[in-house]
Amino acid sequence: MTFFAWCMIAAGFGMAIGSFGTGIGQGMAIKSAVEGVARNPSASGKILTTMMIGLAMIESLAIYVFVVAMIILFANPFTEQVMELAVR
Amino acid sequence: MTHPFLIFQWLEQQLHTHVGEHVTYTWFVMLLLTVLAFIVSRGIREVPSGWQNLMEAVVSGIENLIQETMGPKGKTYFPLIATLALFILVSNLIGLVPGFYPPTANLNTNAAMAITVFSMTHLIGLKEHKIAYLKHFMGPIIVLAPLIFIIELIGHLARPLSLSLRLFGNMYGHEIVLMIFFALVPFLLPIPMMLMGVLIAFIQAFVFTLLAMIYIAGSLEEAH
Repeated sequence: MTFFAWCMIAAGFGMAIGSFGTGIGQGMAIKSAVEGVARNPSASGKILTTMMIGLAMIESLAIYVFVVAMIILFANPFTEQVMELAVR
Repeated sequence: MTHPFLIFQWLEQQLHTHVGEHVTYTWFVMLLLTVLAFIVSRGIREVPSGWQNLMEAVVSGIENLIQETMGPKGKTYFPLIATLALFILVSNLIGLVPGFYPPTANLNTNAAMAITVFSMTHLIGLKEHKIAYLKHFMGPIIVLAPLIFIIELIGHLARPLSLSLRLFGNMYGHEIVLMIFFALVPFLLPIPMMLMGVLIAFIQAFVFTLLAMIYIAGSLEEAH
């Protein structure tokens, strides 16, 4: 059963590290977008569109980590083998 | 980890059919959009009112977006883009109704759409440039072509993967967060999360369609 405990720890730490980097990346992107809008408010529409696309691109990294975490937690490929070993 | 009660799942169990709930909800969204389009297009008037106003705003909004990102050539692909946009938006928003499940929170639906976009970009590129479309994958220097070709191949194959996983992860993650919050405190706590869900639904539909447009525009332009 320690296997599943380690799985949960791995999922939690993976998500934490993934969202850490993504947070920094998105913060930097929003910082430059806000600076751009402050300098030239008339370009806010175009900047918003580009920023959204960029944010979605950066966010997909965290989403990949989330998908991997969900695979580890709910669709673990090694569950059967581990259960067999545990029964033995 | 999905909803405790789904209308169409229940209906399926009553009828003893075995199609996944994402398929039935996809059918429901298709039916909704078709009936809406049919009703609105019956009574088109010179001065729009009611539903016609909304639909005209939606259609002209998508048209402007295509004009901005793809240029004048993009107008041919309006049906594909608008279908994707409306379908994804409605199926994302349907998840906020109790008893309904967003079909986009299942990887199969998203993979179908992403593969459609992926194959459409290459078909459009082949139609537009004929055999010269291969230049898109060759890079500027002919000596480096084999190396660039492999890199471009991986880049192009990563597109449907990232398109489908992004939408799936966002919608499924939102569903799970909502379920966990609902299990912890069912009273009022899930409401801010549902508000964020509305935002996510619009942004993800926008991002998916914009990326589809950018990919198609990329295969339309000349290789240099």
